Amino acid sequence: MHLFVITFSGGAKLIGATRMSRWIGHWGKLCSLLLISIMLILIGFIIFKGLPTLGLKLFFGDTDPLAAMMGQKPVWEGIWPACVGTLTVVLCAVSLAALPGIASGIWLASAAEKRAQKVFSLAVDILAGIPSILMGLFGFSLILVLRASFFPQANVSLLLAAFCLALLILPYIACATQNALSSLPKQLTVTGAALGMTQWQATYRLLLPQASPGIMSGLMLAIGRAAEDTAVIMLTGAVANAGLPGGLLQRFEALPFTIFYLSAQYQSQQELDMAFGAALVLLILTSIIFTLLAALLRRRNCNIFGSAKSLIKETMC
Amino acid sequence: MILVVISGLMLFAVFCFLIWFSLPVFLTETSLVFSLQWQPEQGHFGILAMVFGTLSLALISTSAAFVIALGLNSFCLLSRRRWLVVILRSLLKFMAAVPTVVYGLAALFLLLPLLRNGLQLGSGYSLFAAICMVILLILPVICVMLDNITTPLWQQYALGAQALGFSPEQTYMRVILPHCKVNICGAALLGFNRAIGDTMLPLMLAGNATQLPSGVFDAMRSLTAHIALVIATDQGSEVYNSLFAAGMILLMSSACICLLSRSLVGRN
Repeated sequence: MHLFVITFSGGAKLIGATRMSRWIGHWGKLCSLLLISIMLILIGFIIFKGLPTLGLKLFFGDTDPLAAMMGQKPVWEGIWPACVGTLTVVLCAVSLAALPGIASGIWLASAAEKRAQKVFSLAVDILAGIPSILMGLFGFSLILVLRASFFPQANVSLLLAAFCLALLILPYIACATQNALSSLPKQLTVTGAALGMTQWQATYRLLLPQASPGIMSGLMLAIGRAAEDTAVIMLTGAVANAGLPGGLLQRFEALPFTIFYLSAQYQSQQELDMAFGAALVLLILTSIIFTLLAALLRRRNCNIFGSAKSLIKETMC
Repeated sequence: MILVVISGLMLFAVFCFLIWFSLPVFLTETSLVFSLQWQPEQGHFGILAMVFGTLSLALISTSAAFVIALGLNSFCLLSRRRWLVVILRSLLKFMAAVPTVVYGLAALFLLLPLLRNGLQLGSGYSLFAAICMVILLILPVICVMLDNITTPLWQQYALGAQALGFSPEQTYMRVILPHCKVNICGAALLGFNRAIGDTMLPLMLAGNATQLPSGVFDAMRSLTAHIALVIATDQGSEVYNSLFAAGMILLMSSACICLLSRSLVGRN
């Protein structure tokens, strides 16, 4: 019925519409060809520039690799400290965010109070949409407050950066968990209750194992997001020359920040090559995560909306 | 349960912090913050030029990306070369995973020389360069949303429309698009939100001059880049007030857009 109404109102304009419609077909072809070629050029450019530099020298400079890996000798002209820094900060952030994220996801999927749930899911949505630099600003002002009040030696550090990154990735984990849990069949909960399980037992022993691929993919998303984000760590403790991260309260190096710093203030061709090498490493890292994610989603073979929604979450902020 | 409360409190804390810090700015020296002059040495902390920069960047890039996304979406639905569509879809998903700083680096050494030498535009750092890359950044957001919205509709209506004598293109233009006008606006708003919030691309490509851009090829500075730059150069405590005002504006606009787009996308 709806269709007929549309047809009727559109019918009068159909003569002009024919030309318009043909136009959209061509426009679509043009756009997609353009997009594919632009992306090929961009990625190809990074690979073309970065591939020759890829090697031990890129990571360790002139230092002996083994000694550098053990942290005995500092690495000056390599991206090894940046890699380790990124790895550490991402691990810290994910371990900070995983528990609260999964817990709030479980609560969102199963809570009885619908109104509180609505408010909270709204808050998660807003949190997912907040620009990442605001998280950095938040961390920065947190330090200012701490300094002014009862912790005068507080400074920007790895821990702070990890905390802010955790805030940034929390909504992704929560949303993925919620989607994974709520896409499970309803009978599972009912069966658990019928077998005499408490709600906690049913969740922990029955639902979570079933939903673990979905939760894993959410975690992976979060890792990718935390690894690529530059704005947060730029404001909360990443510096250009810190060496290997010395502790939770030290400053650190990170791959995205190194790329940004080198591309803005390179002094020699070698440093520029290093930037391209680092960019290629970061690109490879994120595409590995992306491939794993795609494989996980395909294996789970869940309903299209679950995966689509988490992808939206990924792209939202 | 406790963890939920904690994560809720965290969100609340972010809001409170920014509001707390920016309140004095809004209460006392409103005229100073909302002016066009940014000369920290002389005590002028106006961020209006940056607000305008962010707005122009986000508006132009979102509208361009929206038109391109419509084209891509129509291609995904209409094309008979399904393998190309599969490639396009996975490319779009992959684009969402590419780090922004890599985009910035590639543009810095591909697009800027083109603008500098090919078009003779001074240094090449301009609003235009930032817009080009931001379009690439927000395309996957809008496209994935559009795809999610239109594919079920297409499956529902395509056969009936064909029976009425529509060509596939006409179906797309006359049946599908009018049917989900509102939801499409929501998708575009999501892209807008992302365009506002991005830091690295404007920071690397837009030139960071604190002026009103008079044309697309002018240098400008966005709010996000402004925050990053001022904290990086560390100028003293008075400047920070304007930062929190900037953060507040960003937070408010992103929250409003989020709510609006959420309600728009979800509506039938």
